[in-house]
Amino acid sequence: MTQHGHEADTVFARALAGDRRALGRLLSLVERGGPAAERITELAHPHSGRAHIVGITGAPGAGKSTLTGQLMRLLPERSFRPAVLAVDPSSPLTGGAILGDRIRMDDLAGESAFIRSMATRGHSGGLALAVPGALRVFDAVGYDPVIVETVGVGQVEVDVAGAADTTVVVVTPGWGDAVQANKAGLLEVADIFVVNKADRPGAADARRDLELMLDLSHVTGQEDAAGYRPPIVMAQALDGTGADALWEAVAEHRSHLEATGQMADRRRRRLRLEVISRLDQMAQAQAAAVLADDVGRQLLGEVEQRQMAPTTAAARLAERLLTDRRSGRGTG
Amino acid sequence: MQDRIRIILAKLGLDGHDRGIKVVARILRDAGMEVIYLGLRQTTAGIVTAALEEDADAVGLSMHNAGHLTLAPAMVKALREADLNIPVIIGGIIPDEDRERLTEAGVAAVLGPGASAEEVVQAVRQAVARQSDGGAS
Repeated sequence: MTQHGHEADTVFARALAGDRRALGRLLSLVERGGPAAERITELAHPHSGRAHIVGITGAPGAGKSTLTGQLMRLLPERSFRPAVLAVDPSSPLTGGAILGDRIRMDDLAGESAFIRSMATRGHSGGLALAVPGALRVFDAVGYDPVIVETVGVGQVEVDVAGAADTTVVVVTPGWGDAVQANKAGLLEVADIFVVNKADRPGAADARRDLELMLDLSHVTGQEDAAGYRPPIVMAQALDGTGADALWEAVAEHRSHLEATGQMADRRRRRLRLEVISRLDQMAQAQAAAVLADDVGRQLLGEVEQRQMAPTTAAARLAERLLTDRRSGRGTG
Repeated sequence: MQDRIRIILAKLGLDGHDRGIKVVARILRDAGMEVIYLGLRQTTAGIVTAALEEDADAVGLSMHNAGHLTLAPAMVKALREADLNIPVIIGGIIPDEDRERLTEAGVAAVLGPGASAEEVVQAVRQAVARQSDGGAS
């Protein structure tokens, strides 16, 4: 514990002083979790809360990384110090991953930018903690904006990007029709839409379908009370067309959030979500321990024999879990 | 959580033969590693930056245009100058008589065209383990 604390403290101090290698190491420690990650969170939290967090999400191949790469070219020219956290899925079978986002950004990113790839590591709970942890570290050492890029498949990936200050959803021509656009999920978290590959046939249709969906938000009263309507940016990420317009839209959204007090609301919600995720993880670890002990196995046996309902068993175990926690440290 | 090996895979310079490195990326992924895939036309400086930012455990280079005697030692040197003591593993068309010179230049392992998936995985695991034992910071 002390050793973890010691390493975390040293590495954090070096990263804060601008040591890029230390920052790389710090991000690994946060991702791994455990006492070192907790210590880093303690250290970084007071320094954080300044960066504009931008989530970029969309289907695989939509052009998220290329678009992010274009922003990484643009932002240092305008005196920003951007960081990117690029999240890619791990294989559910082996836990391995091919992290291929960097390939589309590297050429464009300057010295002042920092790119980090992260694998989902097969457990959603972990991602929900590792991502805010990494974003906090970037924020604390002075990167702004901090862009988090995730594939828009899977609830947690959408949640992670959706928990940003500004969420950008990237679609492409032929991605779906007006009915798809009204299905719940990905599109509802968007503050800005990008129709990428806008030189391809169907780009105007994609735009029209999105506009139609946004019109319906007006009809049903789902729209932003302060009158914000998500803009639709047409882009060709490969040659950089639309990157300027996208950044303008992000900056406008930020001003809107600040002017209406929604920025504070979003950040409050994000922190609350992080505390809940952490609690969830702790509760699950406790639950697994209680299930594995004698009483837990006996109750599970009774459920299997149809002598006890699963709901009753769960209630009994929950009771036990809470008593254990009160009487001592329990298993943790 | 156990520590997964994070390895950067790249090709230096103008060598455009990337079928092999794509196969290796898949082999290492299926062995449970996290592969940071940089692909074609990389520079030693770019790979050093990626290794720093990604906190990588190893760098794997694929070489098919006879540039290995120049580029592989340059890669090792660039990493050491950045105080990154991580292994460099190379694969591709490497004549047997060049292996010794590459090892002397600090290359951790050389994998030829006949290497099996198991050999590739073992070479990476062993190189990473050796380097950590050797007191890498």
